[in-house]
Amino acid sequence: MAQEDIELMSVSVDRTKPPLLSARNLHKSYGRVVAMNGADFDLYEGEILAVIGDNGAGKSSMIGALAGAVRPDSGKIVFDGKEVHFASPMEAREQGIETVFQGLALAPALTIVDNLFLGREYRQPGLRGTIFRALDRRRMRAEASKHLSDLGLATIQNIDQVVETLSGGQRQGVAVARACAFGSRVVILDEPTAALGVKESRKVLELIRDVRARGISIVLISHNMPLVFELADRVHVHRLGRRIAQVRPSDITMSDAVAIMTGAMEPPPDAAA
Amino acid sequence: MTHIKRWLGHSVSVAAIAIGCTAASAQDGSVLVGLITKTDTNPFFVKMREGAAEKADELGVNFQAFAGKYDGDNDTQVTAVENLISAGAKGILMVASDTKAIVPTIQKARDAGILVIALDTPLDPFNAADATFATDNFEAGRLIGAWAKATMGDGAANAKIAFLDAHESQPTVDVLRDQGFMEGFGIDIMNPDRRGDETDERIVGHFMAGGSEVGGREGMETLLQKDFDLNVVYTINEPTAAGAWEALKAAGKDDGSVLITSVDGGCPGVRNVADGVIGATSMQFPLRMAAFGVEAVAQFAKDGTMPEVTEGLEFFDTGVTLVTDNPVEGIESITSTEALELCWG
Amino acid sequence: MADEIEFPGAATGRSALSRRILNHLHANPTIIPLFVLVIGLIIFSFVVGERFFHPFNLSLVLQQVTIIGTVALAQTLIILTAGIDLSVGAIMILSSVAMGKLAVTLGYPPEIALLLGIGVGGLCGWFNGIFVTYIRLPPFIVTLGTWSVFSAMVQYFSNGETIAQRDIEAGAEFLQWSGEAMKFGAARVTTGSIMMLMLAGFLWYMLNRTAFGRHIYAVGGDQEAARLSGINTKRVLMSVYLIAGLICGFAGWLMIGRIGAVSPLGGEMTNLDSITAVVIGGTSLFGGRGSIIGTLIGALIVGFFRNGLALAGLDVLWQEFTVGLLIITAVSFDQWLRRISN
Repeated sequence: MAQEDIELMSVSVDRTKPPLLSARNLHKSYGRVVAMNGADFDLYEGEILAVIGDNGAGKSSMIGALAGAVRPDSGKIVFDGKEVHFASPMEAREQGIETVFQGLALAPALTIVDNLFLGREYRQPGLRGTIFRALDRRRMRAEASKHLSDLGLATIQNIDQVVETLSGGQRQGVAVARACAFGSRVVILDEPTAALGVKESRKVLELIRDVRARGISIVLISHNMPLVFELADRVHVHRLGRRIAQVRPSDITMSDAVAIMTGAMEPPPDAAA
Repeated sequence: MTHIKRWLGHSVSVAAIAIGCTAASAQDGSVLVGLITKTDTNPFFVKMREGAAEKADELGVNFQAFAGKYDGDNDTQVTAVENLISAGAKGILMVASDTKAIVPTIQKARDAGILVIALDTPLDPFNAADATFATDNFEAGRLIGAWAKATMGDGAANAKIAFLDAHESQPTVDVLRDQGFMEGFGIDIMNPDRRGDETDERIVGHFMAGGSEVGGREGMETLLQKDFDLNVVYTINEPTAAGAWEALKAAGKDDGSVLITSVDGGCPGVRNVADGVIGATSMQFPLRMAAFGVEAVAQFAKDGTMPEVTEGLEFFDTGVTLVTDNPVEGIESITSTEALELCWG
Repeated sequence: MADEIEFPGAATGRSALSRRILNHLHANPTIIPLFVLVIGLIIFSFVVGERFFHPFNLSLVLQQVTIIGTVALAQTLIILTAGIDLSVGAIMILSSVAMGKLAVTLGYPPEIALLLGIGVGGLCGWFNGIFVTYIRLPPFIVTLGTWSVFSAMVQYFSNGETIAQRDIEAGAEFLQWSGEAMKFGAARVTTGSIMMLMLAGFLWYMLNRTAFGRHIYAVGGDQEAARLSGINTKRVLMSVYLIAGLICGFAGWLMIGRIGAVSPLGGEMTNLDSITAVVIGGTSLFGGRGSIIGTLIGALIVGFFRNGLALAGLDVLWQEFTVGLLIITAVSFDQWLRRISN
């Protein structure tokens, strides 16, 4: 890893400032199933926050609310000091919150370029763009190349390659590149290493560090404990629809974290949310 | 990669099959006759095809059959005519699905010097084809009507007759058979081009049964509701008659008190005559229709002779024969046993 | 800068060459149908001889595929969204009956009748779209239903009666304009065929050179993914069904030109025939993959095979047989392509 990256990473996160993205007392139920039961959330500028929790703990609903994919029944979300209400992922994205969903949200039969600009294509200037709705393909290709090489993904040589011919790790790379390509401030990664082999998981881990090095705050949802403990500055433990603890990886062992997550152990008093 | 190769191999072998098949039907003879039927599943058309193929073989002309995919499939028939023009056919025998819509395409064929003969169903207008070879449907109806009248004797004066027709839009065949029956039975048919304008009190009613078993049963049930004492049933074809019989059976009127008459001469219909379900049916001859057609085209190709029409009619009558096991005096008929030799389907 | 992150190719150890070929097939799915078409033409030129390559015959095949080709263009859009439209034929017939009825029976100017007829097609498509998009019923079921509904409307408006050529010529000749042929030597190219090709060009542009087109592919590939990417998937779906309806209405006009009359019969198999052309053209029934050019080639393959086999003197049943084999081959290929890419 190059020298400047390490320096950037070592810049400590300033937690005296208010959080960049926070949520208070979120509630959501689907019929009788309670997905969020007073969930709180805090993400500070420049940090990697891991969110862990058992299956069905309601992580996805909370993340969905932050990403604009789920509308909470009640509670409030504050982003950059202002209360926000996202009606769609597009609205969250416009504010600078990008999400890489577990399904990756890529269109399999389209090329890498098409996917990077999906939903926010550039049109050609003048009549060709306004009347004939022609895409500015040259500009999109140029920018796509730039974004990919910025993230060290330049080895994906052919940006006109169809996404479904890429390996799982490469697809993850495209999805992440898309998430940070448009001036985003928060990137939410949902299970970025699920379905990946050890080697490819490693690549993704490095990719996440690169993204953070560019000053983007990261929310990482994962079941992959070694990954979480290696990457995260803080860990948000979710249980039964709410946050029950916030811990630092340095202060706690992996097995204790899992025990808290599953309810086998009470969270340490100073960590209780 | 190997998949692609294998796949290529498959397509090549398909092509080889195609070549192999065509070698058998080489285009040595110069005369090509095409037969285009409404479908290739109806036994009536299967029989036509058989007749045409046999005759073509006998006369040494090439024969090719086409068919729509379903009754009413005009587009496939259009394509077939065009392909026959392109293949340089001398004559086209046509059972049109849409007798009006096919006309412009038929005109193209005739402009290309092809002899077009309408089989079974006349085109609209009638003269859109060079000739029409068909059953005299009015005669077919008249025969069963006269048979029913003679069978009932004095009772005919008080008969109660149910009519199971095909369609509201009064297709020509439908009207001709219906009106022929009335004529034969001694009902004043008023306008012969129109069904339903008659005032004879012996008529219980008309039901549009669509030419199918289901329609026949439903029609019979409906008309029995109207008058349970009806004793004569006219049906447009034999499937309709079979459906009507089911309804009569369900109503307990299968004791021979009701006379069922029909038209067609299909083998299931003839068997129903043998079983006493149908009293009498008028048999038509699809095989003959197509064979005559092929003959006419061969003749036309040889010396340009146009086919003639039957005297007193505007088309060439391919004949109709009454089939019954209870013959009556004055009407020529054959028995169901004899008819089984001649029937189609 | 970070170390160069190098993603290994998929861990299957496939050779670079086969990977390149695979990529090519993914990027240009029309190669295979084009190949089939060329092979077919070569075989028929041997089997049938000069009659087959006669300009008259070639232009005839183009005429014969015009209607199915046009409807197949509409079907392509629908299938690209992972949908299917069984009502295309009924929409086409309904539109042509509407045109004929308005112009001939009710005496509207034929140009107005044409526009209203195409509008009827659009309305039908819109109707399909509402059920698929907002009521979220499977397209197969929706269009199975509307197929019957639209067919019933055809019978209602037409009374099952054909409007004959002479009646159309008597005052609404414009409706037959699409059947007019331009002569190039022995070849006869109808204005309808030319309009179909122009429509295909327009749709190609829309699919490949506009954001809307890319969104159609995205919605078909993975609707949820497209939604999460910020695409208004409902609007895309609605638009596709609407456009498909309009194209079918347009095909209704071509139909009048082709047969010279307005027939309420027919169109029953148009849905399956159009799906056949789309599938043989390499478009995946699972959505998200395929092309307009492929569909045109697919329609031409069916047309040339039918025509070639007919000229070769083969019975109609062998024509059906061959088209059936082509379908199965095309779908097997699509499946194979999917399987190895996952």
